[in-house]
Amino acid sequence: MLCVVRNALAELAAKLGFSEPECRAVVLAVDEALTNIIRHAYLGDAEGPIEATFRRIQVPRDGRSGEALEIILEDRGVTVNPKKMCGRALEDVRPGGLGLHFIRESMDTVEFSRRWGRNQLRLVKKLHTREPGKGS
Amino acid sequence: MKIAARHLDKITIFDISGDIDLATSPELRKALLRELRELKMPRVVLNLGAVRYIDSSGVASLVEGLKASRDVGSRLILFGLNRTVREVLQLSKLVKIFEIYENEAQSVAP
Repeated sequence: MLCVVRNALAELAAKLGFSEPECRAVVLAVDEALTNIIRHAYLGDAEGPIEATFRRIQVPRDGRSGEALEIILEDRGVTVNPKKMCGRALEDVRPGGLGLHFIRESMDTVEFSRRWGRNQLRLVKKLHTREPGKGS
Repeated sequence: MKIAARHLDKITIFDISGDIDLATSPELRKALLRELRELKMPRVVLNLGAVRYIDSSGVASLVEGLKASRDVGSRLILFGLNRTVREVLQLSKLVKIFEIYENEAQSVAP
């Protein structure tokens, strides 16, 4: 099912106006986040429920307001300790631990929380639209 | 993901297509480790030209293959990296540890 989510999200991000590299970054971040939920919150069970919410929001940028895509992923798996979600040193050449690094590199905001028995991951990607009259 | 194996003298060439993700990366890992650890092929070449997507689990499989190749004294070579694959490898900061060529001819050259 991950490939279905990836395809749908790529289409959504493109329609919102993200560039091709930004679309790929958003898709990678969400795919990695879902993979982490399956692996760590549901201990490898790919059938656990995950709720995903996608919203276009306004965020402050350079003293003004700009558009962004907010993605919230919620699961009912075991508690994930955000302090342990630190990835790994990249110079340590070994498999594993790359997913969180990819998420942080791809998104502008990455926030973990636990509420009402659910893990919540909030991701935000700012939309870099061109200003009118500035370039083609 | 699909993996098709070809053999050229003592070189194994894997033509990989599709998505390398959580569901499919174990298959890639298994194929690489079999070729390197069990069959002790001196060179294993991965054609990634038709790979549409790769995630961290796919990169982890490549790293495991690389480590296995170093353990047994073989070479693991990648070629045909498209923009998507190259971006993810660059993001992982692991791109420099792999032996990467542009095409198959360079990858199988003596």
